[in-house]
Amino acid sequence: MSAAAATVADGAAATGVVGRILASRFVAVTVVAVAIIAVWYVGALLLNTPGEREADARAHLQPGFSEFVQRAWNQSRPVLPSPHQVGVELYKSVILLPPTSKRSLVYHAWVTLSSTVVGFAIGTLLGILLAAAIVHARTLDRSLMPWIVSSQTVPILAIAPMIIVVLAAINITGLLPKAIISTYLSFFPVTVGMVKGLRSPDPMHVDIMHTYNASRWQVFWKLRLPSALPFLFVSMKVAVAASLVGAIVGELPTGAVAGLGARLLTGSYYGQTVQMWAALVVASLLAGALVGSVGIVQRIVLARMGIARR
Amino acid sequence: MTAQGTASASRSAATVIAIEHLSLTFTTADGAVPALAEIDLEVRRGEFVSLIGPSGCGKTTLLRLIADLEQPTAGSITINGVSPREARMKRSYGYVFQAPALYPWRNIARNVALPLEVMGLARAERDRRVAANLELVNLTGFERKFPWQLSGGMQQRVSIARALVVEPDLLLMDEPFGALDEIVRDHLNEQLLALWEKTDKTVVFVTHSIPEAVFLSTRIVVMTPRPGKIYDVIDCDLPRLRNLDIRETPEFLKIAHRVRQGLRAGHSYED
Repeated sequence: MSAAAATVADGAAATGVVGRILASRFVAVTVVAVAIIAVWYVGALLLNTPGEREADARAHLQPGFSEFVQRAWNQSRPVLPSPHQVGVELYKSVILLPPTSKRSLVYHAWVTLSSTVVGFAIGTLLGILLAAAIVHARTLDRSLMPWIVSSQTVPILAIAPMIIVVLAAINITGLLPKAIISTYLSFFPVTVGMVKGLRSPDPMHVDIMHTYNASRWQVFWKLRLPSALPFLFVSMKVAVAASLVGAIVGELPTGAVAGLGARLLTGSYYGQTVQMWAALVVASLLAGALVGSVGIVQRIVLARMGIARR
Repeated sequence: MTAQGTASASRSAATVIAIEHLSLTFTTADGAVPALAEIDLEVRRGEFVSLIGPSGCGKTTLLRLIADLEQPTAGSITINGVSPREARMKRSYGYVFQAPALYPWRNIARNVALPLEVMGLARAERDRRVAANLELVNLTGFERKFPWQLSGGMQQRVSIARALVVEPDLLLMDEPFGALDEIVRDHLNEQLLALWEKTDKTVVFVTHSIPEAVFLSTRIVVMTPRPGKIYDVIDCDLPRLRNLDIRETPEFLKIAHRVRQGLRAGHSYED
């Protein structure tokens, strides 16, 4: 067989494999989704049963089993809302309401997203700068690293209100305090990933630069930074999800009026569990979209650098 | 006799590398490990000197000392009359490593251009030199390929072009073909010899292959381990332009035999 024919055969086999992997992935994802929804319905029934029994007793009702299940799955303030209730709530608050409405989840998601993105950008930049400093100065490695690690052992729920209150005292309110909490959570994975990435070049690659009498700046720019990019993207995926958590947590202690965190908080004040779950679903979709966007940028950049081969 | 004639002719040429009483002891957790002891060696312009010896004899370390990638604990090295550090700052040598060590995110042309970027040469001059040196190693047309798209032998040729592109008079090569198969290695040896003949560079070449050393060199330095020492220096006075058939000739086999005896003698006290 000629080389060309072999390559074509390889290509065909490859698409076959890819097709099968995609198909099996689709099946796997569907199976998992169906399983989660099934467990959810069972859980909703079990958790809502006591409340439903009480309500029925008060109303002197004695429903049959299937009617009881119907009622347990459609309470107005269930302990655990059933999937279709959340679906309807999502449809109402995402599609039906205009995005400018204060009750639209698109509006609240946008408020949270904007501080997430700002905090993530600052956190990534801060992480890269810290890592560059740590890699180039041994004293900074010894003096900064313990502080960076211990900063992450403090519960964010304890720190977030202090940041908000302190900044409010000097008249900084709105997006920035929340973004700072996002930064606080997101700089850490970037710092750790970049320290590892900037130290990843092969000793031989460093020696080569040495034989050219390259400056530290040239070694950083032409060798360390490109070598670190794959590490950067992995840690950015972790960081962007952490940023979203930071923004939502930042909305909780302030009695914020807008944002997914505010939506969760008002939902819990008034026992609006359906509203809370709808906000949670939007938050997780947002997290997925953010991580996915970083993944797309990663693929484009690494492909252009010739590192991602296929 | 022609042998002595060649030797004395090269002896009159200018000294490129002068090494005197050179020693290097590594300090490790287990104590001091002597890597090289009392090395004396002189390399003259236009020579092709091979360092051969078993692993652990310090041949790579010696090359790294010449390149200022290690620092000696005693003795001295000069390159064209200056210290290795100054020679490195002036970029007066090109270094080829055991592995091609190309930067995977740079295409072939940009890999070869790397030292020129570091030197701060203008774009036009960089392009000119990259094209000329890729042609020298027969890789014209591969400029836009990435390293992983090339075979191991081609990658090593790129790394030779990258070493030559700074236009050094001295080429330091550390087992550049060690990881390649016999046929590719033979082919690259012929190409390297032609290149040396064409460019008239001084080459110091580390290897553990006897045929490779005899085929390429004008002089062979046999080293023995623990600590690394020079056991024998053999003049290899075959004609400068050789082809692979020369390996069957009695002259070639005689030199190879002497190299092998040196290596065996160096090993004997271990057993």
